[in-house]
Amino acid sequence: MFGLSKTDTRFLLIVICLTLATPILLQPFPEGSGLAQFNAGYPDLMQRFAIFGIFAIGFNILFGLTGYLSFGHAAFLGVGSYSVVWMYKLLDYNVLWGLPLAIVVSGVFALLIGIVSLRRTGIYFSILTLAFAQMMFVISYSDLLGRFVGTSITNGETGLQVYTSDPQVLLGATEPNVPHLFGIVMRENFWQPNIGGWEFTFNNGYYFCAVIAILAFYLSLRIFRSPFGMMLRAIKTNQTRLNYTGLNTRPYTMAAFVISGMYAGLAGGLLAAMDPLAGAERMQWTASGEVVLMTILGGAGTLMGPVLGAGFIKYFENIFSKINDNVLHGWFAWMPDGLEDFIVTILHPFVGKGWHLTLGILFMLVVIFLPGGLVEGGSRIMHFIKRDRKAKGRDPEHHPEHIAYVAEKEEF
Amino acid sequence: MDAILLQVLNGLDKGSAYALIALGLTLIFGTLGVVNFAHGALFMIGAFCAVTLSRILSFSFEVLDETQKDFLGNPLKVKTPYVESWFGPEVGASIIDWAVPLAILFSIPIMVAFGFIMERGLIKHFYKRPHADQILVTFGLAIVLQEVIKYFYGANPIPTPAPDAFKGSFDFGLLIGFAENAIIYPYWRMIYFVFSLLVIGGVFAFLQFTTFGMVVRAGMADRETVGLLGINIDRRFTIMFGVAAAVAGLAGVMYTPINSPNYHMGMDFLVLSFVVVVVGGMGSLPGAVLAGFMLGILESFASMNQIKSIIPGIDQIIIYLIAIIILLTRPRGLMGRKGVMEE
Amino acid sequence: MSILEVKNVNKRFGGLQALGDVNLSVQEHSVHAIIGPNGAGKSTLLNVLVGKLIPDTGSVMFDGQSVLGRKPHEINQMGISRVFQTPEIFGDLTVKENVLIPCFAKRDGAFRMHAFETVANEKAINEQAEAMLEDVNMLDKLDMPAESLSRGDKRRLEIAMCLSQQPRLLLLDEPTAGMARADTNNTIDLLKEIHEKRDITIAIIEHDMHVVFSLAQRITVLAQGTPLVEDTPDNIKGHPKVREAYLGEAH
Repeated sequence: MFGLSKTDTRFLLIVICLTLATPILLQPFPEGSGLAQFNAGYPDLMQRFAIFGIFAIGFNILFGLTGYLSFGHAAFLGVGSYSVVWMYKLLDYNVLWGLPLAIVVSGVFALLIGIVSLRRTGIYFSILTLAFAQMMFVISYSDLLGRFVGTSITNGETGLQVYTSDPQVLLGATEPNVPHLFGIVMRENFWQPNIGGWEFTFNNGYYFCAVIAILAFYLSLRIFRSPFGMMLRAIKTNQTRLNYTGLNTRPYTMAAFVISGMYAGLAGGLLAAMDPLAGAERMQWTASGEVVLMTILGGAGTLMGPVLGAGFIKYFENIFSKINDNVLHGWFAWMPDGLEDFIVTILHPFVGKGWHLTLGILFMLVVIFLPGGLVEGGSRIMHFIKRDRKAKGRDPEHHPEHIAYVAEKEEF
Repeated sequence: MDAILLQVLNGLDKGSAYALIALGLTLIFGTLGVVNFAHGALFMIGAFCAVTLSRILSFSFEVLDETQKDFLGNPLKVKTPYVESWFGPEVGASIIDWAVPLAILFSIPIMVAFGFIMERGLIKHFYKRPHADQILVTFGLAIVLQEVIKYFYGANPIPTPAPDAFKGSFDFGLLIGFAENAIIYPYWRMIYFVFSLLVIGGVFAFLQFTTFGMVVRAGMADRETVGLLGINIDRRFTIMFGVAAAVAGLAGVMYTPINSPNYHMGMDFLVLSFVVVVVGGMGSLPGAVLAGFMLGILESFASMNQIKSIIPGIDQIIIYLIAIIILLTRPRGLMGRKGVMEE
Repeated sequence: MSILEVKNVNKRFGGLQALGDVNLSVQEHSVHAIIGPNGAGKSTLLNVLVGKLIPDTGSVMFDGQSVLGRKPHEINQMGISRVFQTPEIFGDLTVKENVLIPCFAKRDGAFRMHAFETVANEKAINEQAEAMLEDVNMLDKLDMPAESLSRGDKRRLEIAMCLSQQPRLLLLDEPTAGMARADTNNTIDLLKEIHEKRDITIAIIEHDMHVVFSLAQRITVLAQGTPLVEDTPDNIKGHPKVREAYLGEAH
């Protein structure tokens, strides 16, 4: 089905079901219980899961398959957001105009940046993309383009937003003045049941993002299984051989770069579709670093890894930022006082505003000990459990780099 | 003429910082083949060494001075730094005043030790891993270091002034025969420039005139051969990592009076320093220094009003533009050796 | 008929004359060996043939077309495949994928945006790849990561990859370097079989005289960047100039 093998179809169906059921799955704890703070089933967070999932899926097509480590992908995210907000300003709040434009514009930017950056590989490529992204950040932050053409393009540090003075030529009298798709308002919930203490929120915006995320995932699945995807993996392992096999690597890497740039643009567009703002800080290189973290943490080169990584980081960012000393004291109240205070003091730097510290440490640990990310961790655990039954398997110590692909063959 | 000279001088302080960071990056890349994304963090840690020392020196004890009253009529609490009570008020006060220059001595052992630990504890295990992994792990380390600093020192910039003697400006133009008030230049920036020249000169002399440096240079050119000669190149490279860390740290220490240090200053400088390294030519030490000063000066020229009125905002992107032009026309950089990282 | 014509090729590296007036003609369907002491210019010549180096003067014609100035992948698409001294394979990919890639390259050319096709659905190409792997006796290793193969198997895989493109000229760069005797003999047998079964010309650069004399029909001896003699193996064996080049310069 859908041009996929049986196992892939089953895999896709599972992903679809999980995505659609997210508002339920992420609310495992009843409202009012002590654990309710670990729920993640509210619209804002779920939207971010889907959007950054798309961003990471796209980044993975470049980094996971070809091994080209771009440190400037956030630039495309920003371009996507600006495109969508501009369409709000010029036409109306229907997200349908902006999103295709976001994809096209970010694709054009990716092509231009790719033409220069892809002349080099390895570190040079990373540094070049970093330089380009940083340049674009500076240009947007200071609205340099705007100063050139005489009218504001990015609206500098304030960020681009819609004003009542904007033309909005398509805006009808009855049309909502928040982002919507043909009248379906993104920020509204279409169903908010409370079933036996459990509260679920079914949000228009989330389902809009979810459907697009599923499409994006399906597309990446097709690319993974295609000859094109195979060529990209071949680029990662041996470019010399590929050249001497009659294949021109440049258009392949270029295609991968543009595709992943378009994914990033789409993700950026969706950010603006959920919240009609676009700011330059979205393009900063720390934001580029974040998508690298997501991909690596989940497992670069695997299908599900980047999505898991994106979800993991966004979830814990949210949870950790909410934990403060009071919450910690609540958790460890059962301990003797001295010990309780001691533990809280130890944990204090890592929670709340210290989330980035935790993330940095976690990231280092993953790069050092688990280069294949969470997916590799999962498959190692599976291997460990299965070891009794299958006495002789592959030796993960000697071929750790293949595990990532094994996971993908075993359809995760 | 004097306007041009003024712009050159204005570019020197940033150029010096670029050159020093790029020099360390190149030392590490040339000797160990590792791209160190945490190098900016070393610069920042250097700056915070200065902050720490000035705090240590101003550790105070409080005494109630019965002779003075505060506005509530209670006896006034008088804070006296320990150094003032040990060395007498005048010497003590000038020790505190000279915290930043003193931090040079304070920071060197710290930075070298830091470099050793970093290389032995972390980087060593990544020599055989792909470049992407090296970038990633040092990037992770950079995040951790910057967050640790943020935790202890807060998110706001911490003003760390230069000694009183070097505050303010002097008439540099008068010294070299220009009209009065033509070129007014702050003392500390001049000191920073001279200091960076000394550090750069020291590193080059060390590499050029010592046996140790000779081995390291040979190792940079051809690691395997030198290894075959039975020389323990690894230990020397570890020491070079310490030296590179110290250079970055010193650059940070002395930069504090120019810009108050904050936890993300390292990252800000790192991106530009990478560009500097690429422009200068990956693996070329003179290239890194030359490109550092060159880009610093060009940046200062681009921020002249005459130029900004033609191309607005050019000062903020000129470095990137130059990097892109150089990479398109001369991929190995200004002084890069042919074949080094050219793929 | 000659398939490869090298005429008056010169290449200098700074002060070093790497190739001086090299003339070489490889006959179609033959096995032609190029031998010579270290530094004789064998590798330089090979790199000129595959497009990695451009000579200062001279011409290289393959099947009536010039190869000079073309990129390696273009030259490969003309029908020249190269086997490297240390096997260049796609280590992270499976054995089968390693062979699939040249099959696709043969069918689709240097680039095709086949992102919506599925590798598994390409029946003809899969069969072709499996048949090729059967020819080199590796059918039992289809799904193994190529990196985990033994050195000899990697070499066989690389040859299979080159053959999948149905090249007209197969260039081998010291294919048995660093191999054990048994592996060397296996490789010789494999190459013999390939040459008999397929419509192919083989040019081989080799150090090992055992390999050269078991395979080659013609031998060119290079010394100091210039061809010394070109003749049949039997004549080369007793040629005084060759002995001089090898024995005289080896010391």
